[in-house]
Amino acid sequence: MASQEQLSAIKRAKVLMVGAGGIGCELLKTLALSGFQDIHIIDMDTIEVSNLNRQFLFRQSHVGQSKAKASTFTGILQAFSLVARDAVLRFRPNISITPYHANVKESRFNVDFFKEFDVVLNGLDNLDARRHVNRLCLAADIPLVESGTTGFLGQVTVHLKGKTECYECQPKPAPKTYPVCTITSTPSKFVHCIVWAKDLLFAKLFGDKNQENDLNVRSSDTANSSEHSEDVFECRKDEDIERYGRRIYDHVFGHNIEVALSNEETKDVLPEKQTKENGNKEKGCAADDVSAMVSLSLKNPQDIWNLVENSRVFLEALRLFFLKREKDIGNLTFDKDDQLAVEFVTAAANIRASSFGIPLHSLFEAKGIAGNIVHAVATTNAIIAGLIVIEAIKVLQKDNNNYRMTYCLEHPSRKLLLMPVEPYEPNRSCYVCSETPVSLEVNTQRSKLRDFVEKIIKAKLGMNFPLIMQGASILYEVGEDLEEDMVAIYAANLEKALSELPSPVTCGSVLTVEDLQQEFSCSINIKHREEFDEEKEPDGMLLSGWVEAPVDKDNNKPIGNDESTSNALPSGETLEGEKDDEIQETSEVVEAFTGKKRKLSEVSEVTAPDPSGPSSINQNKPKKLDIDDEADELIISDDWESLTKKKKL
Amino acid sequence: MNGEELTEQETALYDRQIRVWGADAQRRLSKSHILVYGMKGTVAEFCKNIVLAGVGSVTLVDDREVTEEALSANFLILPDENLYHGKTLAEVCCDSLKELNPMVHVSVEKGDISTFGVEFFGKFDAVVISCCSLAKKKLINQKRQKLPKRVAFYTVDCRGCCGEIFVDLKDYKYSKKKLEETVECQLEFPSFEDTISVPWKALPKRVSKLYFAMRMIEQFEDAEGRNPGETSIADLPGVLKLRKELCETNSVNESQIPDALLERLLIGTSEYPPVCAIIGGILGQEVIKAISGKGDPLKNFFFFDAMDGKGLIEDISEPKPVS
Repeated sequence: MASQEQLSAIKRAKVLMVGAGGIGCELLKTLALSGFQDIHIIDMDTIEVSNLNRQFLFRQSHVGQSKAKASTFTGILQAFSLVARDAVLRFRPNISITPYHANVKESRFNVDFFKEFDVVLNGLDNLDARRHVNRLCLAADIPLVESGTTGFLGQVTVHLKGKTECYECQPKPAPKTYPVCTITSTPSKFVHCIVWAKDLLFAKLFGDKNQENDLNVRSSDTANSSEHSEDVFECRKDEDIERYGRRIYDHVFGHNIEVALSNEETKDVLPEKQTKENGNKEKGCAADDVSAMVSLSLKNPQDIWNLVENSRVFLEALRLFFLKREKDIGNLTFDKDDQLAVEFVTAAANIRASSFGIPLHSLFEAKGIAGNIVHAVATTNAIIAGLIVIEAIKVLQKDNNNYRMTYCLEHPSRKLLLMPVEPYEPNRSCYVCSETPVSLEVNTQRSKLRDFVEKIIKAKLGMNFPLIMQGASILYEVGEDLEEDMVAIYAANLEKALSELPSPVTCGSVLTVEDLQQEFSCSINIKHREEFDEEKEPDGMLLSGWVEAPVDKDNNKPIGNDESTSNALPSGETLEGEKDDEIQETSEVVEAFTGKKRKLSEVSEVTAPDPSGPSSINQNKPKKLDIDDEADELIISDDWESLTKKKKL
Repeated sequence: MNGEELTEQETALYDRQIRVWGADAQRRLSKSHILVYGMKGTVAEFCKNIVLAGVGSVTLVDDREVTEEALSANFLILPDENLYHGKTLAEVCCDSLKELNPMVHVSVEKGDISTFGVEFFGKFDAVVISCCSLAKKKLINQKRQKLPKRVAFYTVDCRGCCGEIFVDLKDYKYSKKKLEETVECQLEFPSFEDTISVPWKALPKRVSKLYFAMRMIEQFEDAEGRNPGETSIADLPGVLKLRKELCETNSVNESQIPDALLERLLIGTSEYPPVCAIIGGILGQEVIKAISGKGDPLKNFFFFDAMDGKGLIEDISEPKPVS
């Protein structure tokens, strides 16, 4: 129950929420009920049906018809932030909620904007935006309460500049990527087949023709074929769509479709003729509603189709794309809400999987993998929202000794389902908040500035609008008011190898990179290296001194990251990895700690002292919590069973 | 296939949570009936959670009128007198809950729950009660004990920044995933009365102080004939006296239950919204697990105290005899 001082601190507070989705709805509601009166929300999304199972401020009537129409905000699509605000005002009419239907990375949300607030509360679903907000909060010196949920797991963390770790002090694993040859030649898991189907085959057939694509067909075939591989995927002028489909099938799967279809294992598979007759059924369908499952009468997305069914879906989906969505071809990127695309990718992945002895999956499962869908329930979001508000109130009262990082577990650890841990001191090697330089090994004669900017500066270091300098020379910058000749110079620089830049970058060079909006700057020491392992270092560049968790572990995701693929690494040599089906909860929660850092207070837990009663203590003397003495000195190590005590100085 | 399929609408709406607990669990949820008594903030949160989850039906019981206080922590009540005038708490909450998910049947049952017969409780798969005196808790728990059918039983109470959940699933069989396999498990839960009768001395040393403190306040209210939550700081001397007696009877040191904790619980007559969200969330998860028969249930108490931020489970039951 909030005391009087708490209540007045709450009333006066100006709070910024970033993200109004799952956690956001719960958070807005709890903030409003708790007495907050001035809340601002930034969120760029619009409402979908799949949001309604937990984002309870939204109704069916708010859902838009097609995400593809999102580019113009027509009012049919309802913005999260606007609807959430209206819903909360119904039960708290007198508070002020200011919504911004926008991307938090926009330049208007700069350091001065952030400085207006007493605390920032993140309810985001992607790493990129979180890092961006982290840097702005550091620059503005405003406390940040971070959070995330996935299924039954959740966490809340508090970040204060100079006092605790910043959000980036801990390793935040990048999305999983897979070596190219695993995808193109030696898949061993279903997810490899999905990546192949989505990023290679789908992209090749329906996406931008000018994009680089690693889809190579089984090398044994090319010897026989007199065609260049590029032509193989084009539909020829007189070619019947049916034949085209079968030709593609034969080409990519390496086995004859007639043979595959004749291996009918189940009796209730539709006979071949019906696929042609089904064309008549579709006359009334709008382009958006076209579905291979519908035309093949496959009703249940949870069914696992056999090879024959998958083959039929493959052909039918291909046919429907060409027949009903011709204008989309050449422009499409995979969208998990595009039913036909999901059907196609599921079928293609399954057919490939069956060639490699990998178990097949249902459309429902495949969609989750291909779409990086984060499973989510209302209850976890509600719990996390409650915990966020509790921390926010502590922040407002500058209750420095009582900030906690809280973990919401699926299975109790030492009786605890909600586990609070003291925050750690800032990481002295954090290149974000401690401004430690990083090092880059690169072949300065081969690697171009463009690669450096895309793969290192933007992807790894998370800077959106970088300025790159060597000494006093600016090698590259982005900005609105640049002079034309400078823009031309920078464009030319991008195509040059590092050692050939106007101010040559060679071994021993020190580059300074800044993002003016994040007010964040970083030094990079360049080391020249001739050779890089194509498998392990496909970028041809190695960044060190930058804290990154090992990527070869399965399921390396902090909780609640990356439903959107907006932070996808640029495609090319590395392919975007997908989320595995199962969450291994221990590795996720555990990933947060490396166990090497010092706690905020080196002595044991200080609690709100017990002013009277038999066990009263001297306010100055820290006292352990009685409930479970050891829990407060918890370091979450890889092995849950052997929780070790921290060594005190 | 068990029973009917989920409709296309349900599959689309519940997609994200089906990925958490599976289509089978979702089907069972959609056929379940939940009884809820005592529409305060925490219970409002709980109801929101199970309605969003897609249970079959929710029946609300609370004949009290809407007051200022009720408005403070219950987001289901809109502060428009025209809307709530003449309606009971249950009726107002019912209207709001229906909006959250039109696929769930939400209704109100009027009357004194202590008078409802055993067969009434038999209509439900889970019963959740709040704002109940010690006597009422025992009574309802006993009625439901008499049923041949398994009906999950929960009590939930929040006082100030502390919250408590009690779970009684009788003989409960369920499944859970262990690594790649599905394992069948069974647990026996003691009844509410049996649980609180466990001598304090028999409990493990580190049991949460909140357990003892809540039992004390509960007994105090019972002895004084108060409605649940009708206490104030003026009651502290009375409660301290009770503590002395109980501790003597139970051969426990009084320091086990600090004054400050008792004070906070006595003063905390109104609910703290963040705690409502947390407790309502944990309870929602428990009921969903129990209906779906999947996942380890909480056995048998859950406590949360915003002061230290810990949410912990205590197993208060008769220690098994050592063979």
